[in-house]
Amino acid sequence: MKTPGRKIVELDRAAIVADARRELDMPSRRLFGKRALTLGGLSLLTGCSITDDASVNRFLVAVSRLNDRAQAFLFDPNRLAPTYSESQITRPFPFNAFYGIDDVPTVDGNAYRLKVGGLVTGQRVWTLPELYALPHAEQITRHICVEGWSAIGRWGGTPFAGFLRRVGADTTAKYVGFRCADDYYESIDMPTALHPQTLLTFDYDGERLPPKYGYPMKLRMPTKLGYKNPKHIVEIYVTNTYPGGYWVDQGYNWFGGS
Amino acid sequence: MDTTKATLTPTRETASRRPRIHPLWLRITHWLNAFAALIMMFSGGRIYDASPVFPNIVIPPSITLGGWLGGALQWHFAAFWLLVFNGIVYVALNVASGRFFTKFFPLSPRGVLRDFLAALRGKLSHADPRQYNMVQKLAYLVVIIDLVVLVLSGLAIWKSVQFPLLRELMGGYDRARVVHFCAMAVLAAFVVLHVTMVALVPRSLLTMLSGR
Repeated sequence: MKTPGRKIVELDRAAIVADARRELDMPSRRLFGKRALTLGGLSLLTGCSITDDASVNRFLVAVSRLNDRAQAFLFDPNRLAPTYSESQITRPFPFNAFYGIDDVPTVDGNAYRLKVGGLVTGQRVWTLPELYALPHAEQITRHICVEGWSAIGRWGGTPFAGFLRRVGADTTAKYVGFRCADDYYESIDMPTALHPQTLLTFDYDGERLPPKYGYPMKLRMPTKLGYKNPKHIVEIYVTNTYPGGYWVDQGYNWFGGS
Repeated sequence: MDTTKATLTPTRETASRRPRIHPLWLRITHWLNAFAALIMMFSGGRIYDASPVFPNIVIPPSITLGGWLGGALQWHFAAFWLLVFNGIVYVALNVASGRFFTKFFPLSPRGVLRDFLAALRGKLSHADPRQYNMVQKLAYLVVIIDLVVLVLSGLAIWKSVQFPLLRELMGGYDRARVVHFCAMAVLAAFVVLHVTMVALVPRSLLTMLSGR
């Protein structure tokens, strides 16, 4: 199921135009300077809730995009997150999702197929045994939640950079997107996707990843906040079109780096 | 340099003849800093509440900014730029103009104690607003250092992987949160004290607005 390799290196014109249009359509970019000067006076003088004001929100979203770029600049592809010893693992490791533990999806491992698509030469589906046979790595790292708490856990799986190369991903593309069995969706920048500690995990603490931690697989990135780490992944795609994310589309910062 | 004696009562002076106490750059950076720091505190309260460092301490949501965690984070990381760049301009101009050394020094523990006791007895003179008393000097220096600690501990929390030196300096990610919260408490105490003193000596508010 290989598509000609040439197609990948060609510029994705449609995606570039779509991206440029998205950026240009954001009037907040042009209003940025103006708002910066007047926001202070306005917010102090008005008694109404400034958080609900549309122009204030546009301004804040524009700054959040600026912060994405600042974080991409600060991100060092070779800097490793600290690792910990077995005895430092947080037990029990907290369950966390946008739903309660009773609503964790049940995924049938036998019927499960991972779809890999987008700007990859090897567009295909993967079964779990095929994924389990990939090179294995372990890490004990700190999971930092956007809420502030943190917990140390032990994950096992295959280095994501190796997986992306194996499927012939265009590593010059901007984004890697994820769709999940629990209707969560997320996307990350390519430099983080290629980071040596970014792991496509199938195990937690030496056991198969239990449903509450994201069976059958979770992308584990100790360089990003918890909400950037998708669980129950059913589709991975490489793209130049900004895919957003479940929380990101509600206002969390997209880069979400740590 | 102005040599007018401070014993002249300002009410008899016309505004233009009164000596200038705060240069324009100082007043601008002061108010921008106040604006940024308050946004940081009120949005920070909402972020703190998402997972309190001290389970017994919760910031009342009614005095927080942002509406929810995502909104509060947007405010926090927007005001952050203003706080940092304004702070850099403030410190740079303060040092370059020599104001930093003439306004805040000399400073001695004995002097602080003397002025503090005088203040408690209501006998501390505010006749010359160009001159900070020892308690003021200490309080302003403490809040400047406190803001630096707030920014550094905040950076350690925000980028605990990318800034390993800061992270270790703060004693790790979790301790950086404790440092950040305690430094915020110091800032909150300063704000209360500062605003109280301004209410007691209203002329200080006018000098920070008009410069005279």
